[in-house]
Amino acid sequence: MKVRRVEVLVVGGGAAGMAAAAAAAGAGAETVLLEREGNLGGVLEQCIHPGFGLHRYREELTGPEFSHRLRGELAGSGAEVLTEATVLELAPRGPRLLAAHPQGLTEFRPRAVVWAAGARERPFGALRIPGTRPAGIYTAGLAQRLLDIHGLLPGRRAVILGSGDIGLIMARRLHLEGVEVAAVLEIKPFPGGLLRNVVQCLSDFGIPLLLRHTVAEVHGRERLSGITVVEVDEAGRPLPGSGKFLACDTLVLSVGLIPENRLIEPLVPLDPWNRGPQVNARLQTELPWLFGAGNSLAVFDLVDTVAELGARAGAAAARYARGELSPARPVPLVRGENVLHLVPSFLVPGEPTTVYIRVPRPLPQARVSLGGVISKNHLGVRPTEMVEINLSPEALAELCRLPEVRVEVTPG
Amino acid sequence: MRKKLVCVSCPVGCELEVEVHGPGAIEVSGNRCPRGEAYAREEVTDPKRVLMSLVKVVGGERPVVAVRTDRPIPKRLFPQVMGLVRRLCLKAPVKLGQVVALAGDGAQLITTQQVREASPPPGAGASKSG
Repeated sequence: MKVRRVEVLVVGGGAAGMAAAAAAAGAGAETVLLEREGNLGGVLEQCIHPGFGLHRYREELTGPEFSHRLRGELAGSGAEVLTEATVLELAPRGPRLLAAHPQGLTEFRPRAVVWAAGARERPFGALRIPGTRPAGIYTAGLAQRLLDIHGLLPGRRAVILGSGDIGLIMARRLHLEGVEVAAVLEIKPFPGGLLRNVVQCLSDFGIPLLLRHTVAEVHGRERLSGITVVEVDEAGRPLPGSGKFLACDTLVLSVGLIPENRLIEPLVPLDPWNRGPQVNARLQTELPWLFGAGNSLAVFDLVDTVAELGARAGAAAARYARGELSPARPVPLVRGENVLHLVPSFLVPGEPTTVYIRVPRPLPQARVSLGGVISKNHLGVRPTEMVEINLSPEALAELCRLPEVRVEVTPG
Repeated sequence: MRKKLVCVSCPVGCELEVEVHGPGAIEVSGNRCPRGEAYAREEVTDPKRVLMSLVKVVGGERPVVAVRTDRPIPKRLFPQVMGLVRRLCLKAPVKLGQVVALAGDGAQLITTQQVREASPPPGAGASKSG
């Protein structure tokens, strides 16, 4: 088995990993990026709709175009890319990381690791929906991959469960390619995706969005023949007698993404709400050599944010690998009212950062407060759009004098 | 006439209130940037969107290439342009940004990714492949 020493090792070649590797190599660190697939880009390659890059590139790009730009930055940075490379083990001593790739097994001995493994879709099995188990049930990302990478239509008449952005985007894609989209069902009283996507993916094509509705049962022997749709109450419980049969041969699930942290879960504490590793403002986990980036930290709204976090993690990992990152006293950020996702988990004195906050429910008028030092009024805070608070050096210094910083979003 | 719109110019999604006094005479509120007003003006007259789809590719490492219009086109042209897209076929290799067809209203349909030629099957040797 080959043994290879590197300064920075990046796991994952999506937006976060590409930006991390480019930043680490750009800072002068010897960097290797490991990607499981044959090509870089991750999920961007199948997101062929526009809407990416408004922050990073100041223009609206499709997923493949955004990915192409990042690949260009990566190619110019001097980072080495290893595709078809799967990480099998991550041992904290050393640290050592075992990867399988077409040339064999390699044990990497990096000084710093950036974990940028992205997120996975919540599968059908996790929903515990009664009924048969026929063909024709897809997660939205899988349906997207079949359609937009392989050019295959998943069915003829589809229902979409969940109104997250991927579900809305898939409703439009399927409709445009000739699949009838009977309805999009959302269990909550508000849509799960961005309002612009409700408008340009559903309203534009007259696709009905049924709020407070879900699937009670699936039907069909070999192929899906239909579903039972029910209305639910505030607590998400089915209303008796509201069940209706809806014929369809395809059910597309857009019911959430789960950060992928299987290999690092035994090593570092995860934040139970973000479902990603707790990180400080340097995006450093409890193990000082392990950095987190992108959607494996928490699921973010925009690829621009994911790439930005990747670049910050890559730059910090390069500093650590060269011994330029001295230990610092972390100041915990703790959740108050109406805070679901919160990144980072700790502030670090002298490390400028942005705090990302996701609320669990829409608030028409809200006040976002950090430790009583920062207090900002926001119009229309929604779960689909994270609130971003940039900390000025003065505010950061003041917050870092507190034993902990309470983050809360209060109505009014 | 009063209309409520959600601006789709960027992911912020400003909720706009539009007062339509007459042709071209509108008042917009709720927008956080000038794009909101331009969007509302267009939305109440001739709404435009970028169209994205796939075009068949022969001899490529994959069977389709992603395409989009290089600018927003009137929504009413979507069915017509989709009909055209389905009839198109490209030969690999395909470059990113290649113009595939005209998409109406001065817009062009362009590719948004590259498709390399399919590698010859193992054992094909030196024989020429089509």
